[in-house]
Amino acid sequence: MSYMTINNRRVTFTNERNVLSVIRKSGIDLPTFCYHSELSTYGACRMCVVEDDRGKIFASCSEVPRDGMVIYTNTPRLQHHRKMIIELLLAAHCRDCTTCAKNGVCTLQKLSRQLGITDVRFENNKKQLPKDMSSECVIRDPNKCILCGDCVRTCDEIQGLGILDFAFRGSKMQVTPAFNKDLAQTDCVGCGQCRAVCPTGAISIRQNVEPVWAALADKNIRVVAQIAPAVRVAVGDKFGIKKGENTLGRLVAALRRIGFDEVYDTNFGADLTVMEESKELVERLESGENLPLFTSCCPAWVKFCENRYPEFRKNISTCRSPQEMFGALLKEEARLNAEKDRQESRESRKTMVVSIMPCTAKKAEITRPEHFTDGEQNVDYVLTTTEITRMIQEAGIDLAQVQPEALDMPFGLSSGAGAIFGVTGGVTEAVLRRLAGSSRSEDLEEISFSGIRGVDGIKEAKVNLNGREVKIAVANGLGCAQELLEKMKAGEVHYDFVEVMACKRGCIAGGGQPVPIGPRTKKARLEGIYKIDSMAQIKLSNENPIVTTVYEGILKGKEHKLLHNEVN
Amino acid sequence: MLDQSYYDKTDEIIAEHGSDQASLIPIIQDIQTEYRYLPPELLNYVAGKLGINEAKAYSVATFYENFSFEPKGKYVIKVCDGTACHVRKSIPILERLYSELGLSEEKATTDDMLFTLETVSCLGACGLAPVMTVNDKVYPAMTPDAAAELIRELRGA
Ligand code: SF4
Ligand code: SF4
Ligand code: SF4
Ligand code: FES
Ligand code: FES
Repeated sequence: MSYMTINNRRVTFTNERNVLSVIRKSGIDLPTFCYHSELSTYGACRMCVVEDDRGKIFASCSEVPRDGMVIYTNTPRLQHHRKMIIELLLAAHCRDCTTCAKNGVCTLQKLSRQLGITDVRFENNKKQLPKDMSSECVIRDPNKCILCGDCVRTCDEIQGLGILDFAFRGSKMQVTPAFNKDLAQTDCVGCGQCRAVCPTGAISIRQNVEPVWAALADKNIRVVAQIAPAVRVAVGDKFGIKKGENTLGRLVAALRRIGFDEVYDTNFGADLTVMEESKELVERLESGENLPLFTSCCPAWVKFCENRYPEFRKNISTCRSPQEMFGALLKEEARLNAEKDRQESRESRKTMVVSIMPCTAKKAEITRPEHFTDGEQNVDYVLTTTEITRMIQEAGIDLAQVQPEALDMPFGLSSGAGAIFGVTGGVTEAVLRRLAGSSRSEDLEEISFSGIRGVDGIKEAKVNLNGREVKIAVANGLGCAQELLEKMKAGEVHYDFVEVMACKRGCIAGGGQPVPIGPRTKKARLEGIYKIDSMAQIKLSNENPIVTTVYEGILKGKEHKLLHNEVN
Repeated sequence: MLDQSYYDKTDEIIAEHGSDQASLIPIIQDIQTEYRYLPPELLNYVAGKLGINEAKAYSVATFYENFSFEPKGKYVIKVCDGTACHVRKSIPILERLYSELGLSEEKATTDDMLFTLETVSCLGACGLAPVMTVNDKVYPAMTPDAAAELIRELRGA
């Protein structure tokens, strides 16, 4: 163990990557724009500068810690330096904070306040550039970009896509897709990971709040909500609720107060997905066709596969995603009820399904042609956790003060297997539980310890199903999916089942979740999800009595129509 | 859509330099020399062959100002707007040329593909300011009238 002196205090360190990490570990929150522990070090923003005992100023993110170092993090020179940087950034920045999507969570705004910037001495002579509104998932506003490169490295290093990069140089420098194309013209999959790291309003979530407010106010529309697994461990973030705590009950209550007519749980949809996907796996194992089976619940992954690995398109499960299965079911029920109303000459209300999701890519999933049933869209709007947070705040509700309420029936029950869809490895674990068919705790443990849990990029496991060894891989993040597919293409590896979630660690770190999503937040959300599972009375999707009821009732004979993609 | 011959030529150029990622710049340089511009389709094509993201390739190509994605005219006119030329009134020359050629900041090349008009910052001939060049031939101490006259000559030529 070595030590250094930070602001006259002795601090020990071991294998920290850089001086910045040592400083942060010691409890000092040094400001940064361009440093993320999971990305390569860029060292461009110069916010993280520190001074050593000889008066040398250097960027702490790019310096390896050395034994006996003496550094200061807040000298007058450094204060002056940081202020100057903020002023320069603000000078070339579109400063309409009041109407900005990141108002209140913007790092540039926060640091200007922290450093007491009251005036910008430089003139803004930047030409205003058009916003890119082409994507259904994220919006790019280049006028708010501070060129930190965080999105560039995230899309390239973590997601393996490289949609965004720097272009031009000097005062003309921009971060943009090749040839200034609109995102919709690129291979962008809408995962929103660039938005999750962007410190400013330069990349933000495409908002669908307005039409939902309008529907909530309309007495002729029955607005039904479904809440995705990963939302409940994140929606408390902006209300001072402990990170990772399950706030489902409070969220249900809040949604009722803002006018939703019924509130359900996408975990129930996930239970249906488990039923269908395990059936599909068994069928493919028997026929030996189109193996491995790829999961289909992450739309960013589906799009990635279509764009970059079309030869594997047929491996993707025909199952609709949990939100789509549930949406199709709700709409089918509404159609049947409307039919009954018509026969008995009663008025009936139109049903609108709104999904509350951690995900920006889900916004694009709902408009794909295969997610219509009988010509009707299964899910009408997707609101991200971030948007629903805004709506709750707008309604003047403090989530922390709300008394939890129960979900609506008849779809208000779900299993622990449905809950873990929110984390990497969760879909696999849920399917394996169903196929193993046992809820004995030893058997459940055997599955959870098979190697599919955890935060590694690529996880592999072998399980025995009815005497046959089934080979499984779990890709955690699109970059790792790419690595895996390349190996499969080269014939180096063979699997029977492959789960991919586009976002590293799964939907808990989705592109629509409240930011910042640092390592501690991720950990808390992950633990939160597993806790929901361990507290769940029902662990297996097939043991959910409502699942049995719908299969014997409304779904009977329509499993394929409602739960699988019509176009494939 | 570019003609197949463009891709064949590009394949030749790639073969000459090898398809390491480090060959990107020499390859696109040669393409630009060949066609007097860098067709966007070919940049993407090269990026694909070298296993580089399109956005990254675009990043490299835009970093160097001499790459142009637009086909250029037969005569490439550069008007210097460096400090020395600017104070010696290079802007009126530029404006005269814009109106003479029907061009603007957004439209750099005439429809007949005869002229491309660009500005540069300092041609390194400040003593001769204001300066312009046509296909790298230097014209010192220009005036708007002299520039217009030069255009007429070139048109006639
Ligand atoms: S949404 Fe995802 S794929 Fe698209 S630019 Fe952002 S990180 Fe890249
Ligand atoms: S868009 Fe955001 S993350 Fe990307 S470079 Fe600009 S400020 Fe940084
Ligand atoms: S991992 Fe989850 S949050 Fe991320 S893109 Fe896929 S479905 Fe959306
Ligand atoms: S965080 Fe160190 S230079 Fe940006
Ligand atoms: S400023 Fe024009 S040549 Fe130097």
